[in-house]
Amino acid sequence: MGNETSDGDDPETDGGVRPYTVRLELVDEPGELLRALAPVADNGGNLLSIHHERGNITPRGHIPVEVDLECPPDRFDDVVDALRNAGVNVIQAGAEHYGEEINVVLVGELVETDLSETLSRIEAEADSVVRDLSLSAPDGTDGISSARVRLAIDSGRADEALAAIRSIGSSKDLTVVEPLLGGEA
Amino acid sequence: MRLAILGSGAVGQSVADLAGEYGHEVVALADSSSAVVDSDGIDVDDALERKISSGAVGDADPAAVFETDYDVLVEATPTTLDDAEPGFTHAKRALEADRHVVLANKGPVAERYEDLRAIEADSAGSVRFEATVGGAIPVLSTIEDETPQAVTAVRGVLNGTANFILTRMAAEGLDYEHVLAEAQDLGVAEADPTFDVDGTDAALKFVILANVLSDGGFSLEDATVEGIQNIPGSALDLAAEDGRTIRLIGEATREGIRVGPRLVPENGALAVTGTRNIVQIETRHAGSLHSSGRGAGGPETATAVLSDVGRLPEL
Repeated sequence: MGNETSDGDDPETDGGVRPYTVRLELVDEPGELLRALAPVADNGGNLLSIHHERGNITPRGHIPVEVDLECPPDRFDDVVDALRNAGVNVIQAGAEHYGEEINVVLVGELVETDLSETLSRIEAEADSVVRDLSLSAPDGTDGISSARVRLAIDSGRADEALAAIRSIGSSKDLTVVEPLLGGEA
Repeated sequence: MRLAILGSGAVGQSVADLAGEYGHEVVALADSSSAVVDSDGIDVDDALERKISSGAVGDADPAAVFETDYDVLVEATPTTLDDAEPGFTHAKRALEADRHVVLANKGPVAERYEDLRAIEADSAGSVRFEATVGGAIPVLSTIEDETPQAVTAVRGVLNGTANFILTRMAAEGLDYEHVLAEAQDLGVAEADPTFDVDGTDAALKFVILANVLSDGGFSLEDATVEGIQNIPGSALDLAAEDGRTIRLIGEATREGIRVGPRLVPENGALAVTGTRNIVQIETRHAGSLHSSGRGAGGPETATAVLSDVGRLPEL
């Protein structure tokens, strides 16, 4: 499907809520689940469902739990922060709200300029999740290399995300090859 | 129409050569140091031969062109930036004498659009400049037909040299320097390709488009411009993993101008190959229009000049 009708407006209206999914990792002890859910309710989140994967143990011997909740978009970060403050290990937060994927190609001294720091900044400042990374360094890691990064972002927020990536690129002297959005490219 | 042609490079020569075929007469042809002028029509073949053999088109002073009885001044001198001289003064002089001006020179419309339109407003003549954007591709006349108000954006590839280089890099897995040298051997790239590969040439065209959409207000310094010099072959390889390629894409809207390397679908409309150009005109009511063709070259650009001449009213 094309995206010609998507005008970047989110569907919710003022005071609206959106669904989110949070993946947690819990210690297998009584009362842990309840302790983990309290910060959701305390921060204005509404629990929709809890998928407690008892049969599945994470590599660290913990139990993965998937929590679906809904809350106003501006409260979601508070929910996640509160979970973390309560000592709950949050594996993934809000993947559900990333409705769109974009690719960018970064060019420059990627390794010398700390690629993992670049990616963390992209996640934080562009409000995105790195889904996939492909690096090509034909001249070795101390030369010019290229990386293709696939990012999950909020629907209709591509312009903001790209602006943030542009500014990270210019601060680290990297060339950012952006996708061409708009029109029927 | 009686044409006075300033500039005897590839475009000026081709306009002189093809004018007869389009039903027009050439009454003056000048290069930077000489001119040939005849109100009964010059002998074009003779002047062009002379240009090749001696480097000068004739014996007269270039200023004599303005003394001739002509209807349309064809300004085909090299594009200059900033004050866009001497192209701007040439156009001004013709308009002040109530003649038409057809520009192949991008300078005056990219850098001094409002000045030019102001002079045009006081003249019986008018200014057209189809040849400044996309060579043979009818970009400006399409926008004119759609009316500029109904056009929301123009995007595309408007520099054949940069496009040739990116196409070859992607196809052959070669690096920029290698392909540039090849392009220079083939005559696709100039000895000094800076304006093409740093995005300036494409930016000038998108500045002109933004001026047409907004009726002025832009010059090169308002454009955000990035070139292709920093794109390694590995970047194109990575783009291809995902069905994309990289093209030097320009965008003009009423908000501004941006030119830079962008990821586009490998088989999409904007991924033209070789020296081909393409524009995508996004309209308010009719979706997107695409037009592709040869964006440079003497005869190609001359057809755009002569189409403009054909659209001019009798004085």
